Amino acid sequence: MNELGSRDLIIQASYLAASVLFVLGLRSLTRPTQARLGMQQAAMGMLFAVVGTLLNAEILTYSWIMIGLVVGAMIGYPMAMKIKMTAMPQFIAFSHAFGAIAATLVGVVEYRVRSGESGDAGLSHGLAAALGLEVLFGALTVTGSFMAFGKLQELITGRPITFKGQNAVNMLAIIVAFGALGLLIYDPMNGAAFYTVLALAFVLGISMVLPIGGGDMPVVISLLNSYAGLAASATGFAIGNNVLIIAGALEGAGGFILSLMMSKAMNRSFANIIFGAFGAPPAAASGAKGEAKEPKSITPEDAAVQLAYASSVVIIPGYGMAVAQAQHVCRELMELIEKKGGEVKYAIHPVAGRMPGHLNVILSEAGIDYGALLTDVDDANRVIAAADVAIIIGANDIVNPDAEEDKSSPLYGMPIFRPWTAKSVFVIKRGKGTGFSGVENPLFTRDNTLMLYGDAKGVLGSLVKEIKALDEGH
Amino acid sequence: MIQIFQLYVFILAGFVGFIIIQRVPPLLHTPLMSATNAISGISLVGAIVAAGGQYGRVSTILGFFAVVCAATNVTAGFLITDRMLAMFKGQLKPGQSKDAAAKTEPAK
Repeated sequence: MNELGSRDLIIQASYLAASVLFVLGLRSLTRPTQARLGMQQAAMGMLFAVVGTLLNAEILTYSWIMIGLVVGAMIGYPMAMKIKMTAMPQFIAFSHAFGAIAATLVGVVEYRVRSGESGDAGLSHGLAAALGLEVLFGALTVTGSFMAFGKLQELITGRPITFKGQNAVNMLAIIVAFGALGLLIYDPMNGAAFYTVLALAFVLGISMVLPIGGGDMPVVISLLNSYAGLAASATGFAIGNNVLIIAGALEGAGGFILSLMMSKAMNRSFANIIFGAFGAPPAAASGAKGEAKEPKSITPEDAAVQLAYASSVVIIPGYGMAVAQAQHVCRELMELIEKKGGEVKYAIHPVAGRMPGHLNVILSEAGIDYGALLTDVDDANRVIAAADVAIIIGANDIVNPDAEEDKSSPLYGMPIFRPWTAKSVFVIKRGKGTGFSGVENPLFTRDNTLMLYGDAKGVLGSLVKEIKALDEGH
Repeated sequence: MIQIFQLYVFILAGFVGFIIIQRVPPLLHTPLMSATNAISGISLVGAIVAAGGQYGRVSTILGFFAVVCAATNVTAGFLITDRMLAMFKGQLKPGQSKDAAAKTEPAK
């Protein structure tokens, strides 16, 4: 770097301010009360960085930039304001894809310019490595995120799509991609190597996400989050910009931590996840164990009586609750029970929903105080053990006792909630089928488990009605 | 040499990220993801240079699309994060301001 002019000083100062505000913004997320303000400050940081960049002496024409900024804001604003909270995972996948497209395009432009196709300037080995990694992570994230989006939006089947020799094909693609990357670093002017990396990364994004089932989406989204960050970081290396490196590293770290947490919560090793083996459907239901007991069911009237006189109730929601849009009627039920002197808490499993923390957002949207949300499995289990009633709404695998008791179960070892330790358990469930993993749930046939069959919203609605009727009857 | 410095920055920033993000409670994991996503829309900075520099028509067009995508990412990312964080309402300890207490009343 040469001596900095005053213009460059201003640019660097804006980048420094942005980096500091980003870090502080993320730190504010450690406390719910400060989070909103902190993130608004981070948005200001972004504004500083953009304004600073506009001062860059290399920029000669502003018209395209301005049109691009306006168009982007016009697409982003309605998207963000209209999206439903249940659709948050799709939205995040979509947003990852957009960021990654930008990183990939910048990589291509930079390579074209630097390799002299449409300009001049040297292309060192280090720069070639940065550009190669940028398009590798970028392109992988683009197609991977679109695939994840398609699966979450149910444009593509949520079931794993597999074909024979899939792992071999993927491995070959990975090896060739890294081979091409190696060649590019060795010979930076080799355009064919650069575009091979780009093309194979697009293919890999598709082939790595397709075999993954909808229930594993929390891990996939976290991993894509991490890759999108690495792509941004590599962009920073390529264009020599620290704020990009920092912001990308923060996202890379965040996505990585979340994927670790998710894989731990599902009891899968991280290596198992990285290599895509987790797409394989778990071995068929662990077989008929002894006599098949029939689950007992209960009518909403009887359930309402128990709830009305319960002093402690724990609700365990799963993605089924979100699908049924039952969060609002859930709050209504909660308020009724509280009015009668009972206490209601929610036990939220780390992998409940389609992305990390998804159900917390959905319940908060319904106006439920976050003080009522138990997000730690051990804490929640202590509360459940002292509860009169545990209500399970659209959840299955996260309350399957086999995870603790049956070593042959594919769920064995996964940290789960223990609703059976409550005095009684109500399970609200559409029908008698198995959960997403296709594993039988012996919880349903336990002595203190009572089934309430039907749509979550409908069943909760009738519970609310019955509790109200109890009051009027007195 | 410059690239070594960049590596320093990358590793240190990643380290800071690890330390901070590990302390984010599971309650806020979804906003965390949308927040990091919005922040990494900083690729916008690279896109702006690509679109505004005189590198030939193809580069300008690619740069323009990069600006559109990155700007979408940034706008949508920060707005949705804000929308989500505004929904999290918590119990307040006694002694906090009335104004804030009013906000914690369930919406309806």
